[in-house]
Amino acid sequence: MTIGLGHYLSVAAILFTLGILGIFLNRKNVIIILMSIELILLAVNINLVAFSAFLGDIVGQVYALIVLTVAAAEAAIGLAILVAYFRNRGSIAVDDVNLMKG
Amino acid sequence: MILYAIFFYLFAGVCVASAIMVIAARNPVHSVLFLILAFVNAAGLFVLMGAEFLAMILIVVYVGAVAVLFLFVVMMLDVDFAELRQGFLNYLPVGAVVGAVLLAELLFLVGTWVIQPGAPKAIAVPIAAGISNTRALGLVLYTRYVYFFEAAGVILLVAMVGAIVMTLYHKPGVKRQNIGAQVGRRRSTAIELVKVKPGQGLS
Repeated sequence: MTIGLGHYLSVAAILFTLGILGIFLNRKNVIIILMSIELILLAVNINLVAFSAFLGDIVGQVYALIVLTVAAAEAAIGLAILVAYFRNRGSIAVDDVNLMKG
Repeated sequence: MILYAIFFYLFAGVCVASAIMVIAARNPVHSVLFLILAFVNAAGLFVLMGAEFLAMILIVVYVGAVAVLFLFVVMMLDVDFAELRQGFLNYLPVGAVVGAVLLAELLFLVGTWVIQPGAPKAIAVPIAAGISNTRALGLVLYTRYVYFFEAAGVILLVAMVGAIVMTLYHKPGVKRQNIGAQVGRRRSTAIELVKVKPGQGLS
């Protein structure tokens, strides 16, 4: 019953799929979509750290740190866009975002 | 070793369960709280893998900053979230199919891959034995990958400036200090000398 690399990769795969599923299911709610993207990035980070730990290369953790930074920046920018959009339109439903469709 | 397995299944199970609740919860506030739980358990998984520094960073950055940001925005926006949940069940079949296919592919991939024999020779920086994870990471991050570190800092700076620019909002009709005009005042613009004739006053 040793826990190997495959176990961690399986957890990451399940989390990634749940993130994709969240984007599919909550197609109207931008906040849940942003949270699903965070889940996907978390799955990517688990993959990176698992390979780093089991292959004995610390560069994977450096890269996970960069991914973490980008994820934080993405969340901040996404939520800022959300607040600005809500202030202008009074709604955050994804269906209403069609101003540039022509 | 059995303890390691128990903790792995504990952290992994709670992480996956709370991830399910993130996308299934009715209330977005509950979603954010379950997201926090998922991140804390992922940090536990990182600790199990020996990446303590990233685990602590995950808790500080996500639970301390990103999740609170989400919570703040969810509570600040006055949105009818029940209306946004309409169509959840309509999308369930296609979403379930896509998710099942994706998960099956990923798990097949996880189950069948092998490490190439030459791969361990290609390791860039091996994990040094005998020093802590934080020290090992710092020794690499601030020397060999310092440009990546700087790039991460620039990304955060740009994100911060962008978020401020997007959300800064000046209410019209509020009197504000105009520092340029105050500093730029001269005697000629501030004082007017008027010669008043007796008995007439200023008109």
